[in-house]
Amino acid sequence: MTIDMSQFYQVFFDESDELLAEAERLLLELDIENPASEDLNAIFRAAHSIKGGAATFGMNDMTEITHVLENLLDRIRKNEMALTAEHVDVFLAAKDILKMQLDGHRHGAAVDLDAVSDIKMTLQNLAQQGGGQAHLPPVSQPVSEVVQPVAVEKQPSAHPAGKGYLIQLPELPEKDVVALTAELELLGIVEKKPLKDGKHILSLVTDESLDNIVAICSFVLDPDDLIITEQAAGPVAAGASAVEASSTAMDSGKSFLLEISDLSDKDMQTLVSELELLGKVQQQPVSGNKQSLLLATEDSKENILAVSSFVVDVDKLTVTQQVHAVAAASPVSVSTFDEGDFGLFDSIPAPVATPQISQHETKAVEDNNAAVPVENKRVAPRREADKAVASQETTSIRVGIEKVDQLINLVGELVITQAMIEQRTSTLDPMLHERLLNSVGQLTRNTRDLQEAVMSIRMMPMDYVFSRFPRMVRDLAGKLGKKVEFVTNGAATELDKGLIERIVDPLTHLVRNSVDHGIESPEIRSAAGKNPVGRLSLSAGHQGGNIIIEVSDDGAGLNRERILNKAKSSGLNVSDNMPDADVWQLIFAPGFSTAEKVTDVSGRGVGMDVVKRNITAMGGVVDIRSAFGYGTTISISLPLTLAILDGMSVRVGDEVYILPLSFVMESLQPAADDVKDVTGQGRLVKVREDYLPLIPLYQMFNIEPLYREPEKGILVVLQVDGKKAALFVDELVGQQQVVVKNLESNYRKVAGISGATILGDGGVSLILDVANLLRSSRQLITEPSIH
Amino acid sequence: MAKTILTVDDSGSLRQMVAFSLNAAGYQVIEAVDGEDGLNKAKATLVDLVLTDQNMPNMDGLTLIKSLRSLSNYQKVPILMLTTESSDEVKALGKAAGATGWLVKPFDPKRLLDIVQRVIG
Repeated sequence: MTIDMSQFYQVFFDESDELLAEAERLLLELDIENPASEDLNAIFRAAHSIKGGAATFGMNDMTEITHVLENLLDRIRKNEMALTAEHVDVFLAAKDILKMQLDGHRHGAAVDLDAVSDIKMTLQNLAQQGGGQAHLPPVSQPVSEVVQPVAVEKQPSAHPAGKGYLIQLPELPEKDVVALTAELELLGIVEKKPLKDGKHILSLVTDESLDNIVAICSFVLDPDDLIITEQAAGPVAAGASAVEASSTAMDSGKSFLLEISDLSDKDMQTLVSELELLGKVQQQPVSGNKQSLLLATEDSKENILAVSSFVVDVDKLTVTQQVHAVAAASPVSVSTFDEGDFGLFDSIPAPVATPQISQHETKAVEDNNAAVPVENKRVAPRREADKAVASQETTSIRVGIEKVDQLINLVGELVITQAMIEQRTSTLDPMLHERLLNSVGQLTRNTRDLQEAVMSIRMMPMDYVFSRFPRMVRDLAGKLGKKVEFVTNGAATELDKGLIERIVDPLTHLVRNSVDHGIESPEIRSAAGKNPVGRLSLSAGHQGGNIIIEVSDDGAGLNRERILNKAKSSGLNVSDNMPDADVWQLIFAPGFSTAEKVTDVSGRGVGMDVVKRNITAMGGVVDIRSAFGYGTTISISLPLTLAILDGMSVRVGDEVYILPLSFVMESLQPAADDVKDVTGQGRLVKVREDYLPLIPLYQMFNIEPLYREPEKGILVVLQVDGKKAALFVDELVGQQQVVVKNLESNYRKVAGISGATILGDGGVSLILDVANLLRSSRQLITEPSIH
Repeated sequence: MAKTILTVDDSGSLRQMVAFSLNAAGYQVIEAVDGEDGLNKAKATLVDLVLTDQNMPNMDGLTLIKSLRSLSNYQKVPILMLTTESSDEVKALGKAAGATGWLVKPFDPKRLLDIVQRVIG
């Protein structure tokens, strides 16, 4: 039976991701003076589980680090070692490395091997410092020296290849055995097995040739004293050593125990190679002058004897068929049977004679018998825990995102179909078609509910983003010598997955800015009469149809004078009596930075404009509130989802376009003398006291309109980033929710268009990219200066 | 009738690997996420073999083995402890708790199946 292990990789990756995140969270919350033992245990278990999985799935580079990590943690949790801040730092760094290695296996991402060996050394140093002598038990699986980040898709078998050799050593002083083992470890994976008479057998898995093995051994002893047998093992699976692999061979067919007395080592070797023609051979420890071999083969005893007779005197050989390979026992103190990786303490209990059914009956009787006192007392809490576990297991399932997207897409189609039906039936006589119209009404309600339910699948808690910041703030504050208390609010607030992924970068930038430029050093804060520990809060919450995310600090606040001076020197159009809100928006100008010194954290002037652009691209708005000396709050308002938007449909000529409702301020029909032509500035329209640039949509898209005079059509006043403009269209059609279809993936990117949707009548309508429209209209005409 | 095996491990990937391999070989597999869950599931269904991890939240493997051995119908059911350590100390603890044997992690599915077949046929 072959099982493709790669099918479990995804689960292992997800699981390890979660364990690493959980370990990081616990590490950050750890009270170093007095760590909670359950937290230490949980961190230990995370390392332990990842190690187990990594070893099983052949990701040996991860095993190495988790192994040392696990050992350190084990000693700390057993109070053999005191936890220090340095430990936490190193553990966090190790977590990052493991994450990098995990991503290496998962996506084929680059792995910084220097960083890996650095952290390994740091961990080992810590282990040595803490406990005098670090007695790391050997990793219970072979560790590959070659760390190769290979994408799983490309190479499903990450298993180390190589041949297995058994090296039988003569009687040697212990130090020579250790030296030899160390030498051989340069070639591959070595496992040492002591024999009863003080001799040793080494098993070696390596790609090196036999000659090289002999050459290496000759540094320590005379190669003639060695017996090296090549193992006939097939491809060695991850984690299985040569010894294990050969015992695995015992699984099929019959097995025979061959006992030979007075056989020279050389003859033994010949015998083994002869027998290997019949099946798998495993050399057993020598006892006295008797040597024994286990042979797994389909051949008969007669054939074995015949083959052996070429090498040994048949009189000196006994061949017994083994009922179970299990019966071939080798002596170990606690067990009756030991194969190294598997063993039994007692012989296997005889198959239980009582048939299954009667056992179940016994159990049923027991359950009914409530008088069993010990059992009864403990049943109640356990049942509860069981329920909790069961509900944990059944309340969530992992589904690929493409499945969810497909579902959302289908619901989108359904919404369109439903709108079509609704529109076609709207012309019917309500008296004659009452029942049909009722059903259509019901379909509309159900479709809307379904749509909401499906959209909620894509919603993810903000915690997904927030959880990465405690670590970042901690590291940054440490680097900058600042003290920062970090709090989050509303981490449970949900946001569309697409948006949540895109908000990470802008938020990271804002948080970094707050720590670097916002919060002052403890000395400055104390001098200003503030708490030396700065406070940085990250919050999320709903407000209407939007989600508001705020990054707020109690730092120095923005300096109005400095921003204005900087703006002037950069040639921006500013005046000294601008309102604060406009001044703060200046920091979003490309290349704008008031930082006096550029740190490696931030202050290079790249970023705030990118932050703003990213958020605007997501349909969001950034707002700044700041008071000099008291702190800054940056508030981001985002739509809940990108997949559906409230739109206003407008008509120009034969075309219908959708305007996202969030940009629409008002609509009006201007008087003819409110529209002015200004030389070099295009047309302006006077709306109450303001003159707004007038954008004729028919000109933008070059279509034949119904009206060319603004006073005959309709002006829709749009606002983006505080800038207003009036869009001239023929007429307003209506207001509706539309399902956004990506234009790029179906056609190509078109300037001024952000997407498309399908209308109730089946026609396609383009959704206008309002920000882009306003920008490109401004490129044609410079900013109006009439006030 | 297919024999039933209870596999107890807090690591989902390993549990799935074990369950998948044993299922493929025709065994019926019950999965449990920790010792406590394992004990409850063992009580609900009398299984033919228990494979348990050692280090788990809520209830560790040794406690599970002891608890199972205190049940009258689990006196003779083979219990293998899956462990990352194969020191005599760990083995002695397992033996004292009532384990039938041990299997060192990591193992590949073939090795697991081989052992399971040898233990319960």
